[in-house]
Amino acid sequence: MKKILTAVAMVAALAISGCGDSSDTSTPAAGASSASGVSGNLTVLAAASLTESFNKIGKDFETANPNVKVTFSYGGSSGLAQQITSGAPADVFASASPATMKTVTDAGDANGEATVFVKNQLVVAVTKGNPKGIRTLADLTEPGLKVALCAEQVPCGAAARKALAAANVKVTPVTLEQDVKAALSKVKLGEVDAALVYRTDAKAATADVDGIEFPESSGAINDYPIVTLKSAPNPSAAAAFVAYVQSGPALDVLVEAGFQKP
Amino acid sequence: MPPALAIPAIAGLVFLVLPLFGLLWRAPWSTLPERLTEPGILAALRLSLLTATLATAVSLVLGVPLAWLLARTEFPGRRFVRALVTVPLVLPPVVGGVALLLVFGRRGLLGGWLDATFGVSLPFTTAGVVAAEAFVAMPFLVISVEGALRGADARYEEAASTLGATRWTAFRRVTLPLIAPGVAAGAVLCWARALGEFGATITFAGNFPGRTQTMPLAVYLALEQDLDAAIVLSLVLLVVSIGILAALRDKWVAP
Repeated sequence: MKKILTAVAMVAALAISGCGDSSDTSTPAAGASSASGVSGNLTVLAAASLTESFNKIGKDFETANPNVKVTFSYGGSSGLAQQITSGAPADVFASASPATMKTVTDAGDANGEATVFVKNQLVVAVTKGNPKGIRTLADLTEPGLKVALCAEQVPCGAAARKALAAANVKVTPVTLEQDVKAALSKVKLGEVDAALVYRTDAKAATADVDGIEFPESSGAINDYPIVTLKSAPNPSAAAAFVAYVQSGPALDVLVEAGFQKP
Repeated sequence: MPPALAIPAIAGLVFLVLPLFGLLWRAPWSTLPERLTEPGILAALRLSLLTATLATAVSLVLGVPLAWLLARTEFPGRRFVRALVTVPLVLPPVVGGVALLLVFGRRGLLGGWLDATFGVSLPFTTAGVVAAEAFVAMPFLVISVEGALRGADARYEEAASTLGATRWTAFRRVTLPLIAPGVAAGAVLCWARALGEFGATITFAGNFPGRTQTMPLAVYLALEQDLDAAIVLSLVLLVVSIGILAALRDKWVAP
């Protein structure tokens, strides 16, 4: 027992000294001067499918505004919306569906109406090289084929449902994943043969998966709205970030990732 | 009672109980009856109780002998093995789920062979849920039973041996009855941990209603859309688990 206590004390001491170090090094950076007016920390809650693009856009934004430190929290849009309406401190919310955004704007937690900044559509993500020869949505119904979908509570699941209904295809998935990245990782791990994910997610994982386009996905295009939040601790940086996301350079990043312009 | 103990004790109690009170306070009492009869809730509850019980059974069959091995035998590296057994206790359950996939998944260490030889595939099945829960919960049982074994006097077993009992008979007829309360306490702890299991389950077994969607998974997904539904599910899980634990405690696990 004594040994355990000593170990715990040591770990705690390390953790505390570690914290001290990091705050020491970050102070001078925060004090650096810049041309733009915005500064401070900016917290952005964004749909999981925006991970790669927003990481890049965030870096570009920080380069343009050296006094700002952007922190992203990615997750299923619905869960993020739930966090916002429960009072999570954040500045900007970018959702993968207008329906999810509506829960935030309806609750009066956003500044006005959200703006759609990109669109995304679904593809069938399959194991690299497409060993099962999947070509269409209807191929997903083949017996013995393991398919992952998103749970219908999250936008990619709602879109998958819509696309499957439009194609009049009945797929029996083996699992309903909690967000699009989780569905994709099941394909990457080889646990399922195919998953319906966003084109951008398949594109971000080209090393492990192939994305197969299908015509019915145009019937289930997802609009991505973005908005500044009313309780934003840093409203000026929030407004600057939302404006930046809709600017030319940021749109280029998003289009390169596979999104479509609104 | 000295205030130096009383004040933190009361603060600790409030800290643990207040969130439960929050659930009760925010619960949608007026629509509770119709929400409780939604078919999804019953399916998730049934699956949760079934898998937690099976995981406890698996843990008993494998965990009690393992605890005996750790407590009653000497072999090189025993301390190291003991440390290994407790690893799932500190491992984040999600990591446990990924690790299980890497072993029992279709492309895993054993999974491919299991699938090809026996046609057994654990991910996305109810058996996969049981495996994930047993992986996370069994260490609780092993630690508890090992403690009971160390507390039990080994001379009773030696006496049994001098009277001609084999080691197996001594274990069955002398040791097991001696440590029964420890085994029961460990099993209850193991069952409770399995019932609340989330991370390893959603990672390894996925989420499908009626097959792998246990109550914690249903709560998490309900939270994505409907806070009230999540609260109702949480209340059901809370009431059922407290009820069962209280019943077991009176019967087998006297304090």
